Order: sequence, then structure tokens, then C-alpha cells
Amino acid sequence: MDAIILQILNGLDKGSAYALIALGLTLIFGTLGVVNFAHGALFMIGAFCAVTLKKILTLSYITEDPTQTDFLGKPLKVATPYVQSWFGESTGAALIDWAVPLAILFSIPIMIGIGFIMERGLIKHFYKRPHADQILVTFGLAIVLQELIKTFYGANPIPTPAPEVFRGSYDFGVILGFEANAIIYPYWRMVYFAFSAVIIGAVFAFLQFTTFGMVVRAGMADRETVGLLGINIDKRFTIMFGIAAAVAGLAGVMYAPINSPNYHMGMDFLVLSFVVVVVGGMGSLPGAVLAGFMLGILEAFASMNQIKAIIPGIDQIIIYLVAIIIILTRPRGLMGKKGVMEE
Amino acid sequence: MLGLNKKDTTLFWIVAAMSLLAPFILNPFPEGSSLAQMFNAGYPDLMQRFVIFGILVIGFNILFGLTGYLSFGHAAFLGIGSYSAVWMFKLVGMNVIPAILLAMIVSGVFALLIGYVSLRRSGIYFSILTLAIAQMCYNLAYSVLGNPASSYNLTNGETGLQLSLDDARIFGESVTADGALPVTNFFGLAMRSSYKMDVGGWLFTFNAGYYFSAIIMLISFYVSIRIFRSPFGMMLRAVKSNQQRMNYTGLNTRPYILAAFVISGIYAGLAGGLLSSMDPLAGAERMHWTASGEIVIMAILGGVGTLVGPVIGAGFNEYFKNILSKINDSVLHDWLAFMPDGIENLMVGFLHYFVGKGWHLTLGIMFMLVIIFLPGGLVEGGQRIAKKFGRKKKSDETSTTPAE
Repeated sequence: MDAIILQILNGLDKGSAYALIALGLTLIFGTLGVVNFAHGALFMIGAFCAVTLKKILTLSYITEDPTQTDFLGKPLKVATPYVQSWFGESTGAALIDWAVPLAILFSIPIMIGIGFIMERGLIKHFYKRPHADQILVTFGLAIVLQELIKTFYGANPIPTPAPEVFRGSYDFGVILGFEANAIIYPYWRMVYFAFSAVIIGAVFAFLQFTTFGMVVRAGMADRETVGLLGINIDKRFTIMFGIAAAVAGLAGVMYAPINSPNYHMGMDFLVLSFVVVVVGGMGSLPGAVLAGFMLGILEAFASMNQIKAIIPGIDQIIIYLVAIIIILTRPRGLMGKKGVMEE
Repeated sequence: MLGLNKKDTTLFWIVAAMSLLAPFILNPFPEGSSLAQMFNAGYPDLMQRFVIFGILVIGFNILFGLTGYLSFGHAAFLGIGSYSAVWMFKLVGMNVIPAILLAMIVSGVFALLIGYVSLRRSGIYFSILTLAIAQMCYNLAYSVLGNPASSYNLTNGETGLQLSLDDARIFGESVTADGALPVTNFFGLAMRSSYKMDVGGWLFTFNAGYYFSAIIMLISFYVSIRIFRSPFGMMLRAVKSNQQRMNYTGLNTRPYILAAFVISGIYAGLAGGLLSSMDPLAGAERMHWTASGEIVIMAILGGVGTLVGPVIGAGFNEYFKNILSKINDSVLHDWLAFMPDGIENLMVGFLHYFVGKGWHLTLGIMFMLVIIFLPGGLVEGGQRIAKKFGRKKKSDETSTTPAE
């Protein structure tokens, strides 16, 4: 029993990342009808926003401290981050410590900006072109973004730790009445799950309860009619693209402490997110979220040693197997609607 | 000739001449000069890659160019072919013919299975399905089937599958007389043996493996021309232009597309088998989905749906990859020496990101530019230029760039 709960918890954090990326993909797909192969790159750029903010906050000047000496007997060089001298030692240290959560604020304008530029500058010109061209141009863009990040940040993963408070793990088992150390779960993953739940809730609320969201939903259902009613639907869809980019970016920012950002992390997530979108049903937002969590948890279960002993390697392929079975039995995915992207 | 019309025959002979004379064409600069180090591509390893990737992309073009089905998992067949060929070398013998045949058969069977599953959907779904299945193959090859400790170690994981001295090799020798690994051969002709010709300052290398691959490439090219001109090819084009209408006329298009998928899978397996024949080492990274992406890039660069496009695209991609990765800062300084020092340093600092280790970036940008401005690839670019010149000089109607 405790093993099962542990696997569900383990699946939640990866599932949250899948769900957030898939949500963004579905938003773009449902509104603009474009399959965005560069969405993984947006996730990666989000993670590098956290890295960048951390770097900016730790920019330091070097002073010599005559009271201490280094191993050669010379005065020790001490690096003091500018923020510490500006805001005082403790506030500055706290700012650096909280770099990742702060990066949320830092990344939102950047991601929305990137989304705007991408849509207006490139993808706009591809609406009338075949789907294959859209896939290819976003794929090319993904390569370019990835290589740009690689030139500036190098090819090695950059560790970006979570704030001190959230390091360490929590013993869940004790609350639920199991013995100690049976179910141990890192704090940051709980934070990640809560955060993604909030984001998903916010996106749904935005679409459901605001006038803007209503128009967007109408546009998703029938773009032409909404356009005929005199509403500038293109502008709203561009904004939705920015929002989708921001969702992917935020997923990346918060994922940085879980997995040290490297330049190809986006590509690794992208393939799985596509599978998630297909399983959930193309164009269905609840489907994307549901499938994201479902596949994350399934993957966690498949990596249990007891299951791997029966079918070796199942953890590597379970997601793809499920996707193939679902597509063959329910071609529209779990929650796909009739008539939405049948081709 | 051989059932080709006049235009195709000319095209075929041009490609044949280019590939058979490649050691001359690709070595335009005398040996030892600085230009030769940079631009000469006439060494066996690179020439083999030209023709082998040519085969791969010709096959991919039969699927994507004719039917419009964009497969994002074609590298899986390349990997499967490579592994099968190396297994043939390990178990049976070092002759390349059985290895290549097995590679084609195995990848054909896989293509049949994968195609049967993924062709249930079209459009984006098809791309994503092939991507997912290929990635699944990659994961399997990399982890489970490649775990040296397990009893089904088919791929040897991260190290890659390679020959060893204690392989069986029923119809060959496990170890040569002097205790080395035997080399791949075509009925005794070793693939890596070369004949070097020294003419003046030039050094030309004629490599057995290259000519073997080039002849297979020409055969594949011929087959692809025949497919393009056959009723079967017409059917595939009809699928591309309007599959729905085909279905309304009561025709089941799926067997045709499946056949195209299997054919292109066999082409990819053949290319994989040849890669292993040139260098008997197969690694899982050949199956990674970025490798599939590179196949797509080559096809698009050259020109999808045209006959020579794939060959041009594969050659172009490999050649520029080779050159770009060779350029470093000191070479850039040499080239830009005519500029004032400040500007020179600035330019080198800027270009630094696009050459050497940054060649991926350049290729990515080039790929995007081609998709945005030249959806027909380099072939279309050539046609446009030819057209412009044709308009100016009305007498010169026949363009050298092959149409279609």
C-alpha cells in the first residue's frame, strides 16, 4: 500500500510537467491549429530564466579581506554579491536563495514576449501552409533556440537549487499511519504540484469565467463566425499564444530545481508531451491535463522494481505503448471531441 | 534506356557520372594546400556518408515526397538496419551482401508492423505516432535490449554493438591469422581498401567501400525513378493531392501508402546496413529522434518530391556539416585578415558562434530559411534561377536543372 502511494506521489511531479506543457500545446493547437514543435524549447527557456536570474543575483564584486588569508598567505579575496551590499546581508542572501520562485515574476514578461514574437514574426505566415510545413518550421526554430542556449550557457547541466526552506523531504507515511521513512517525498515536488495545480486552475478559470476567455472558446469552436461578428479573433489568439508560452515557461522555471537545466531538456519533454496531447485528445484541454497526470503516474508505477522484474524495461516504453493502444482503440483520444482535428 | 524517358535518362547519367567521378570532383585543390584541408571532401569516410545518406533520403522521399505523410521516426529503420548488419557480421561472416540483405529484410518487417499501426491516422497524428514509436525503439535499444548484464542483450546499449574476437562467424574466421578482427568485404574485396592515385600535386583516393555504396545508391536511384513514373507512383501522388476524394471513389488507399512506407523503410534499412558495412559498429544514437529530424532536414534542403532533391540535400548537409565543423577562430582570422583589426575581431567573435562546434545553429537557421522562403528546397531554387536566365535568353529553353 505504501509503495503504491509513493508511486502516485512520484508520478505527480512529472505528470504536472507533462500536464503543463501539454496544456500549452493544446491551447496553441486549439486556437491557432498549429502543432508547435518549439514548445519544448519554450519550457527549456523557462528553466534558463531561473538560471539567468540566479546568475544576475549572484553578480559579485571582489574585495580583499585583510583579516583572513588564503593558503598562500595573501589576503583572502571575498566575492560579495551586489544585492547583498544593496539590500543588506540577510535580505540579499534571502533574495539569492529565493532565486527560483522569483524567476516566476522574471520569466512571465519574457515568455509572453517570446510568444508574441514567435507568433507574429513566424507562425503567422504559416497558417495557410500545410501542416507538415508548420511542423518543420517550428522544429527548425526549436533547433535554433536550443543551439542559442547552448552557445550562451554551455552544454553542461547547471544546478539551480530550490530555496533552503524547501530542500529536504517530508515523511508522508507518518501521517497516514505507516512506519517512518516508508513514504518520503521532497518538499519541492509538493510545491511543484501545487504550483501546477494553481496554473492549470488559473488557465481554466480564465477561459471559463472571463469575457475574453469566452470569446477565445467561441473562436476555438468556430473561428470564422466569431470573425464575422466583428471580433478581432486573431489578436486574441496571439495573446493566447503568449499565455501558452508563459505556461510552458513557468513549468520550466519551477522544474529547474528538480532537474538541472540543460539545453536539450525541452526536446526530451516535447516528445512525451506530444504523446500526452494525443492520448488526451487533440484540442481538449481537460484531456491534456488528465492524460498528463495519468501518464506521469503510470510511468512512476512502471519503474517500480516489482513490475520491472516481471516485464523488464517497461518503464522506458509504457507511455508509448499506452499511446499506441489508445490511438488504435480510441482514435480521438480520451476526451477528444468529434470533428476536432479528425485528420 | 531501361524504361526511362529521355529526360530521366540524362538525369540518371548525370548523377551516375557525379558519383563515380566524386573522388575527382570533391578534391579540387592540390594536396597539402590550406584550401585542401578546408574544402576537399574526397576522403573515403565522407564520400561514403554522401552516398549512404543519399540512399536514406531517396527512400524517405518516396514516402514524404509522394504521399505527403511526414514520418518523424525514420531513423529507427536506419538503426535497425545497422544492428541487423552487425549481427550478421558477428554470426555469419564478414561478407557484406548477406548483412545488407538481412538489414533490408528486418527493417522491412519492422516498417510493415510500424506502418500498419501508424497509418491508421494521417496528418499530424501520423507524424506524432511515428515519432513515438521510433522513440520507443530508441529507448528499448538504449536500455533494456542493450543491458550487457541481461540475457537479451541485442544492442549493447551505450557502448554500441561491435565485433569481438570471440564471435562465431560460421562462414568466416573469428580471428584473422595475425590475431586481428577480420574486415568487412565483398567476396574478398575489403571495404576499406583504397587505391591512391597521385597526379601532380593532387591525391585522389578510390575507395572500394565508396564505389560499392555508390553503385547501390545508383540502383536505388534508378528504382526510385521507376517508382516515381509508375502507376503506383501516380496513385501515391493522388493520395497526396486529395486522399478523401480517392476514398470516395471507392478505392482503399491504405495498402498503397503502407507499401510506400515499407519501401522507404527498406531503403533506410539498406542505408543502415551499408553504414555498418563500412564501419561495423552500431550505436543507439543513430535511432534518436533528432537523427530522424536530420533526415527530414536533408530531404527539405534538397527538395521534397523531386528526383534529385534527396541526393543534393544529403550531400549538401553532410558537406557543410563537415566544413563548418572544421572552421575555427584562427581560420576565420586568416580569412578576414583584410579587414581593419577592430572589425576583424568583432566579426570573428560574431561568426564564432556559427562555425566549429556551433554548426548545428547554422544548419538550423539554413533549414528555417529554406522552409520559409524556398519550400521546394535547393532544386526549386535552381529552377527559379534557371527560369530567370531562360527569360533573358529565350534561345536557351532547356534548363539544366531537372524538373521533377
